[in-house]
Amino acid sequence: MSSPLLEIESLRVEFPGEEGERLVAVKGVDLAVEQGEVVGLVGESGSGKSLTCRAVMRMVPEPGTISAGSVRFDGEDVMALNTRKLRDFRAHSVGMIYQNPFGSLNPTMRVGGQIAETLKVNKGMKRDAAKKEAIALLERVGIEDPEHRYRAYPHELSGGMCQRVMIAISTASSPRLMLADEPTTALDVTTQAQILKLLGKMRAEEGMAMLLVSHDFGVIAQACDRVAVMYGGHIVETGPVETIYHEPEHPYTRALLNSVPELDSAGNVQRRAALAGHPPELSEVIPGCVFAPRCEHAKQECAGVSMKLEQVGSDHESACPVRPYADAGARGTAKAGKVEA
Amino acid sequence: MSAATADAGTVAPRRRLGIWRRIKRWPTTVKVGAVIFGILALAALFAPLIAPYKPNEIDPFALLSSPSGQHLFGTDDTGRDVFSRTLYGLRLDILLALLVTYVPLPFAVVVGALAGYFGGWVDTIVSRLADVFIAFPFIVLVIAVVAIVGPGIEGFLIGVPLAAWALYARLARAEMLVVREQPYMLATTALGYSKWRAIFKHGLPNVARPCFVYSTIDLIGNLILLAGLSYLGFGVQPPTAELGGIIADGQGYLLTAWWIATLPGLVLVLFGVGVGLIGEGISDRGLERGGR
Amino acid sequence: MSEVVTAETKKSDAHLLEVESLVKEFGLRRGLAERVARTEVAPFRAVDDVSFTLDRGEILGIAGGSGSGKTTLARCLIRLIEPDGGSVRVDGIDIRAHKGAELRELRRRMQMVFQDPYASLNPRMSIGAALHEAGKVHNRPGSENEGAFVSRLLGLVQLTDRIASRKPRELSGGQRQRVSIARALAVDPELIIADEAVSALDVSVQAQLLNLFLDLREELGVAILFISHQLAVIAEVADRIAVMQKGRIVEAGPTQEVFAHPKDEYTQALLNAHPHPDPRMRIAAG
Repeated sequence: MSSPLLEIESLRVEFPGEEGERLVAVKGVDLAVEQGEVVGLVGESGSGKSLTCRAVMRMVPEPGTISAGSVRFDGEDVMALNTRKLRDFRAHSVGMIYQNPFGSLNPTMRVGGQIAETLKVNKGMKRDAAKKEAIALLERVGIEDPEHRYRAYPHELSGGMCQRVMIAISTASSPRLMLADEPTTALDVTTQAQILKLLGKMRAEEGMAMLLVSHDFGVIAQACDRVAVMYGGHIVETGPVETIYHEPEHPYTRALLNSVPELDSAGNVQRRAALAGHPPELSEVIPGCVFAPRCEHAKQECAGVSMKLEQVGSDHESACPVRPYADAGARGTAKAGKVEA
Repeated sequence: MSAATADAGTVAPRRRLGIWRRIKRWPTTVKVGAVIFGILALAALFAPLIAPYKPNEIDPFALLSSPSGQHLFGTDDTGRDVFSRTLYGLRLDILLALLVTYVPLPFAVVVGALAGYFGGWVDTIVSRLADVFIAFPFIVLVIAVVAIVGPGIEGFLIGVPLAAWALYARLARAEMLVVREQPYMLATTALGYSKWRAIFKHGLPNVARPCFVYSTIDLIGNLILLAGLSYLGFGVQPPTAELGGIIADGQGYLLTAWWIATLPGLVLVLFGVGVGLIGEGISDRGLERGGR
Repeated sequence: MSEVVTAETKKSDAHLLEVESLVKEFGLRRGLAERVARTEVAPFRAVDDVSFTLDRGEILGIAGGSGSGKTTLARCLIRLIEPDGGSVRVDGIDIRAHKGAELRELRRRMQMVFQDPYASLNPRMSIGAALHEAGKVHNRPGSENEGAFVSRLLGLVQLTDRIASRKPRELSGGQRQRVSIARALAVDPELIIADEAVSALDVSVQAQLLNLFLDLREELGVAILFISHQLAVIAEVADRIAVMQKGRIVEAGPTQEVFAHPKDEYTQALLNAHPHPDPRMRIAAG
């Protein structure tokens, strides 16, 4: 088994607080992405998923810093790269797409030009070749009438189209890993489906791996092979997406999945067993298991839990030593009581 | 009530800090500014108690004497104690500057806010009027008024508000345009509150902050303007002690009795720095705190 | 063509809310060139001949993507935006035909909760003051006693009394939305318009708020007009649903029925595009 394409170990990201104290947003995260794999990072506000994603490219926004841990891409330590190699890494090995399609494109530059720019700078193409390639890329990401659209400004395009342009820019150098931070959150559901399909196509054609960050489990389920669930700066569970959905071990994962609204509830309107309280603030320091205050299975010992991931099945890890669901079997959808076949 | 639980109410809300802790968190620049301003303002306030001499008290045996234990800032050509004059002068200057900045401010802000809220012809009238006044260079306008009204404080007290209201009105209007669209303002309509309640109770407090920040800078500007006008002979008339006037008196003695013009001048500069630092600090925190 | 949605109506009860042929147009600004050439620029209809009804205690979902007109529709109902045509009747009384005190009274009966928890509350007012003000302005019974009045409202939305002295910035997103709901309840409305009221919240908090809406319907009998771009969220609470596209209602009916047998193309597209959280039910590739 070849080594993982991306290996994150004990990653810690900190921010200075208003009184100079240290706020830890990512508290020691271990995560791996294999070649060609799509890993989903799911969580709510304050889980640290976005920062984890940005840390891979060493693009944690100021004044945050990566205070500990390592990120290895293809065996090489990203934290140790010098400026030139880091630029190279960002240009060729990894691509990134963001949540806000309009904000990520330069509003004063035509979109074609923005794609061509990356080709010229990162692939050393000459102007005419770059333009041709850019038009080809626009077509590849499903933009109709690419010669015409080449000359469009971002504000003339819809959100979905801008996102496609962003995908074109970030895949121009055929990166082996794509970082997608809530790529469809700002889009209509129909557009979202199209973008996810496009990402799937690029992944199939290029063998591109992806780290997909989202708070929407529907998106995760559609696109990912494996999932890591984050809460309060920790990864609390990892596993194949089907296992996570049907047989989640960690109480938070269960509670989260039980909160996800489902179309099947139509006509059967009932109250869900909703999780009380809200995700912890950055400034809250919770001893032991960060989820314990809200967990219905919490015991005394939970105050001493280290949040380390333990194996609970083949390729399935959980940070909960209590394991209240170890023998529970498949999770029924909370409301209808249906059990998936 | 249904079985739903202890939830939302009992989870720790965001921290509230006592007022002292909040002051400690101010950036250093603001604290320095506040200290400077505080000392000067208190000195000015208690001038009658602190000043060793009356501002026009003459000591015939100590004409143009240099700073000493007896006369901290020395004396001027008629034997008056410069330190006492500085204190009284600062007092007068601060008072007048405060008056001329903060008395018209509420009116201007309300006018601007109303223009922003209602739009239409109210906005058109106010905005065009403001445009006219802003088009005049500030100082030219003030001097024009002074020329009409004659030298003396009245010119200053009339001229400055006449020129400055338009800036505050514009600021308030711009803020209101934004505030007006916020859901909490829309809610006042949905809740059936009168427009007046919406504007004055809900809109204005949120519109006022940037205007207040700007006013701190305006305050120094006005104070220095007053000093400048007095220096030129158009503001406070001698023999009343006033910083600009004292500097003007000392101008001729710069090489021989430097203390008459320089020391009060330094006080003036210090005051400006203090207020400026505070204003800068407030605006930074305002940006930080905006909403969240 | 828009559909008129009626519940199985008891003819004797007037509907709580009856919207008929509602229209809102936005005139496109004509540029100088267009004026000179005297080009006709067709105004844009954000709400295009919309009709529906809502009964007491009913939850009606309005679904649609951005640009569907659902938010404009909501604002037209309480005349936050003035409609250009049609009628909005509350218990038979047309809100468009009234002003002043009568308009105020009609508005009181239809309260709105907005999407953005951070901007929905006046940042400078304490929670208790905001809640009490609402009751006072409308002279609601019990509003003379501020403490008890506020306490009761906070209890309705499952918040403790400690919240009353706090300012919005000290609360979480979910807590703020609860306060917005409490403020709406302060005037004893019969209908709550929830305009994407849970869209900005975390999933786990969203579930709590959806439960709250169901509780309020059960305990207070308020009807809810639930606007959302998320079909699954509507599925969790709505008895009936109306799907909007480009200002028109393209399909309406009992939620289960519409989801199981969508007749309109757009509705079908929405349902097909919905990412099911169960990975075994992936949207077919290709």
